[in-house]
Amino acid sequence: MAKGTNDAHLLIQSLRKAYTATPTSLKIIDLYVVYAVATALIQVAYMAIVGSFPFNSFLSGVLSCVGTAVLAVCLRIQVNKDNKEFKDLPPERAFADFVLCNLVLHLVIMNFLG
Amino acid sequence: MAKSEVEGSSSLRHAFGGVLSVFILLLIGVVAFSIRLFSVIKYESVIHEFDPYFNYRVTQFLSKNGIYDFWNWFDDRTWYPLGRVIGGTVYPGLTLTAGTMWKLANSLNIPLSVETVCVFTAPIFSAFAAWATYLLTKEVKGPGAGITAAAILAMVPSYISRSVAGSYDNEAVAIFALIFTFYLYIKTLNTGSLFYATLNSLAYFYMVCSWGGYTFIINLIPMHVLLCIVTGRYSSRLYIAYAPLVVLGTLLAALVPVVGFNAVMTSEHFGSFLVFIIIHVVALVYYIKGILTPRLFKVATTLVLTVGIAVCAVVVAILVALVASSPTKGWSGRSLSLLDPTYASKYIPIIASVSEHQPPTWPSYFMDINVLAFLVPAGIVACFLPLSDASSFAVLYLVTSVYFSGVMVRLMLVLAPAACIMSGIALSEAFGVLTRSMKFHITKYFECSHTEAPAKLGERTSAESSAPLENMTKSDTTEKPEVARKEKVARRKQKKEKELTENAHVKPVSAKKEKRPLVLPLEASIVSVFLLIVLGGLYVLHCVWAAAEAYSAPSIVLTSHSHDGLHVFDDFREAYAWLRHNTEVDDKVASWWDYGYQTTAMANRTVIVDNNTWNNTHIATVGTAMSSPEKAAWEIFNSLDVKYVLVVFGGLVGYPSDDINKFLWMVRIGGGVFPHIKEADYLRDGQYRVDAHATSTMLNCLMYKLSYYRFVETDGKGFDRVRRYEIGKKHFKLTHFEEVFTTHHWMVRIYKLKPQKNRIRGKSRKSKLGTKSTSTKSGGMTHKNPWN
Repeated sequence: MAKGTNDAHLLIQSLRKAYTATPTSLKIIDLYVVYAVATALIQVAYMAIVGSFPFNSFLSGVLSCVGTAVLAVCLRIQVNKDNKEFKDLPPERAFADFVLCNLVLHLVIMNFLG
Repeated sequence: MAKSEVEGSSSLRHAFGGVLSVFILLLIGVVAFSIRLFSVIKYESVIHEFDPYFNYRVTQFLSKNGIYDFWNWFDDRTWYPLGRVIGGTVYPGLTLTAGTMWKLANSLNIPLSVETVCVFTAPIFSAFAAWATYLLTKEVKGPGAGITAAAILAMVPSYISRSVAGSYDNEAVAIFALIFTFYLYIKTLNTGSLFYATLNSLAYFYMVCSWGGYTFIINLIPMHVLLCIVTGRYSSRLYIAYAPLVVLGTLLAALVPVVGFNAVMTSEHFGSFLVFIIIHVVALVYYIKGILTPRLFKVATTLVLTVGIAVCAVVVAILVALVASSPTKGWSGRSLSLLDPTYASKYIPIIASVSEHQPPTWPSYFMDINVLAFLVPAGIVACFLPLSDASSFAVLYLVTSVYFSGVMVRLMLVLAPAACIMSGIALSEAFGVLTRSMKFHITKYFECSHTEAPAKLGERTSAESSAPLENMTKSDTTEKPEVARKEKVARRKQKKEKELTENAHVKPVSAKKEKRPLVLPLEASIVSVFLLIVLGGLYVLHCVWAAAEAYSAPSIVLTSHSHDGLHVFDDFREAYAWLRHNTEVDDKVASWWDYGYQTTAMANRTVIVDNNTWNNTHIATVGTAMSSPEKAAWEIFNSLDVKYVLVVFGGLVGYPSDDINKFLWMVRIGGGVFPHIKEADYLRDGQYRVDAHATSTMLNCLMYKLSYYRFVETDGKGFDRVRRYEIGKKHFKLTHFEEVFTTHHWMVRIYKLKPQKNRIRGKSRKSKLGTKSTSTKSGGMTHKNPWN
C-alpha cells in the first residue's frame, strides 16, 4: 500500500506539474469552466432544498451553466496551440464562434426562463 | 511557368465544373418539384387525405388570426365536449413554414391563397431536400456522389408518396429538416467549427418543430458518437460536434410546447444524456493521457477505475430503479411500438389499426425504393473504402432506418434518404472505376498509334502529380465534359507511365498518394457503363410511373374508368358541402374518427372524435354507439349532444374503405373500454359477414342499419359490391334516426337523430290501468315504441 500511496503522490505531483505548464489564457478558460460548473451545482443544491417548481426556470438555469461550460471547453480546444487539427484556425475566429454560440444559447435561455 | 499553366487550367476546370454543378442542381430541383405535380394535373389543386385537412385548417387560422392567437388556440370544434389545445399538441413547424411563405408572397403582392401555398409546400421542400442530400453526400464522399444522390432522391417513390402536391403533412418539411440537420452535423464533424455546431442546433430545432420523428435524430447521433468512441476515432472535433448539440438541442426542444419537459424526462432522450456523460469522461481521459507519462497514466487508470466503478454502480442502480418504476419504462406508446413491434397490437389497438403502422411487405420495398434496394449494399462497401467518420455515420443511418422501416411501413420514408445517399455513392464509385478504365485503354490505344515521347512531360508530372491526384480522388466522372477529360487523361496516363517505368523519385510520391488504380478491360467497361445508364433509365421510368399512377390519388376524389368514359366520385365533398349549407353552425356531427379532420375543415361543424386519436375512451364511446342497437346508440349520441351521424358506405360502387369494412376495429376499440361489446358476438364462426348468415347482433347494430337503410331499393336484391354478396336484413325501418342526405353514389350517408316525443304514449296509461277501464286506444297500442 505504501507503493500505492507513493504512486498516488507521484501522480498528483506530475499532474500538477504538467498543468502549471499550460499557458495562462487556457488557465483562465479553465477557471471559467470551473466557475460555470460550480454555479450549476449550487443551483441543483438549491432546487433540492426548495423544490423544482417552476421547472422551466430550473432547467434553463442549469442548462445555461452547463452550456457555457461546454462552449468554453470547445473554445479551449480550438485555441490550444498543442492541438494539431486546429492550427490553421485563427483564435479570433474561434472566439467569434464562441460568442455567437453563446448569444444563441442565452437567447434561448431568456425565452425559456419564464 | 508550367506549374502556373497547370494551375490555371485546373482552376478553369474547377470553375467550369462548379457552374455545371449549380446548373445540374437547379435542374434536379425542377425535377423534384415537377414530378410531384401529377395529382394537380390529373385531378385538381386540392388537399389530399385526412391529416392534411387539419394542417390546412390550422394554417387558415394562423393566417387569419396571427401567431399569438395560434400559439394559444383552444379548439372547441373537435372532441366535443372536451376540446383540444391546439397550441400545445401540434407540431408547429409545417404550419409556421407555410404561413410564413404565404405572408411573404402576399407582402410581395403575389396574391396566393392559403390553399395554394399549402398544396405546393411539399414539392418546394422536396427540391430543398434534394439539395440538402447533395450537401450531405458531398461531405460524406465527394461532389460527384452528391449530385448522383440528389438526382436519385428527387425521384425516389417512397418520398414522393408522402410529398405530392396536396399532401400537406408534417413529413413534407420534416424530411428536408432531417437531411439538413444530418448535413450540418457531418459538416461540424469534418471541420470542427463551432459555427456549424450552432447551425446544427438550430436545424435540429426546426426538425423538433416539424415532426415527432425528431427522436430518431436525437438517438442516432449519440449512437454514432458512441460508435466513433468505441472504434477509437475519438477526436476533439467529435466533442465540438456533439456536446453543444446536446445542450442547445435539449433547450430548443423544450421550447416547443408539444415536447416541453418531455425533452428531459422521457426515455427517448436519455440516450443523448448518457452519451453526453460518456464523451466528457472520454475527453478527460484523453486530456490526462496527453499530459502524463504512460507509466503514471496506468497508475491513474487503476486508481480511477476502482473508485469509478463503485460510483457508477450506484448511479446505474438509481437510474434503473427510476426507469423501471414507470410501466412503460419511460418510453411513449408510439416509441415502444417501434422497439417492440408486437406491443401495439397487444395494448393499444388504435395504434395497431392504422394501416400506415403495419409492417411493410417485401414487394413494397421494391415499389418504394426500386433499384436502390440492390445499390445500397454496394454503397455500404464503398463507404468502407476508406472509412471516415462521415461514412460510418451514413452506414449507421442506413442500418437503423432499415430496421425501423421493417417495423412500420410509414417509416420507409426515413429509409429513402439513406438509401439514396448509399446508392449515389455506389453509382459514383462505379462510374469512376469504369470511366477511368475506359480512358486508360483509349489513351493507351492513342498512345500506341502516336509516337509521343513522354520523357519531357515526365519531369513535369512530379510537380503536378499532386494537383491531378487531388482532382482524381475527389472528382466526379459522370458530368465533366470531354474537353476537360482529355487533359486529365493525359496527366493520368503520365502517372501510369511513371509507375510502369519505375522512375525512382516520382514513384514514392504517387505511390504514397494513391494506390495503383483498378483498371478493367475496355469492352467490359463500355458494356457496364451502358448497363448502368439503362439501370438509371429504368429507375426514372419506374419513379415517374409510381408518381403518376400509384401516389397521386387525392383520396377525397375518386375516379374510375369504364367503357363509357371517366367517372368522378366527388361524394365526400358533396356531403361536407351539404352539411355546411344545411345545418346549424353549432350542430355536432358524429362519425368514425377517420373523417373528423375533413369534417371540421370542409363542413365547418363540431365533431366528436377526429384523427388525432388522443382520447381512447372517447373513441371507444363512439365505437360502442356504432356497435349498439338503435335505442342504445341514440342514448349515447344524445348524451353527447350529437345531431347528425355520418357513415361512409361503399357497397353501391365498390369503394372498399368504407365503415362496414372498418367496423371490426370499432368493435375492438369499443370493447376495450366497454366490456359489454364483445367481438365474438359480431362474428359467425369466427368470420365477419353481413349476409343472411350474420349474427343478429351484427344485423341489429347501428352501423349495419345506417349503411344498408333502403339499400335494397337500388337493385331490388341488395347486392353489396364490396362484400360481393347480398345483405342479410333487407327491409327495415329506422326508429330513432332519419335519413337526411345520401350522396350521389351512396358513398356518404347522413342521418339525423330524431328528437324525443313530449308525451310517451302507453306509459302513463300503464300506471293508470288499475283505475281506468281500457279505452279505444289501448287496442292499437301493441308496440311500445314511443318514438313513432
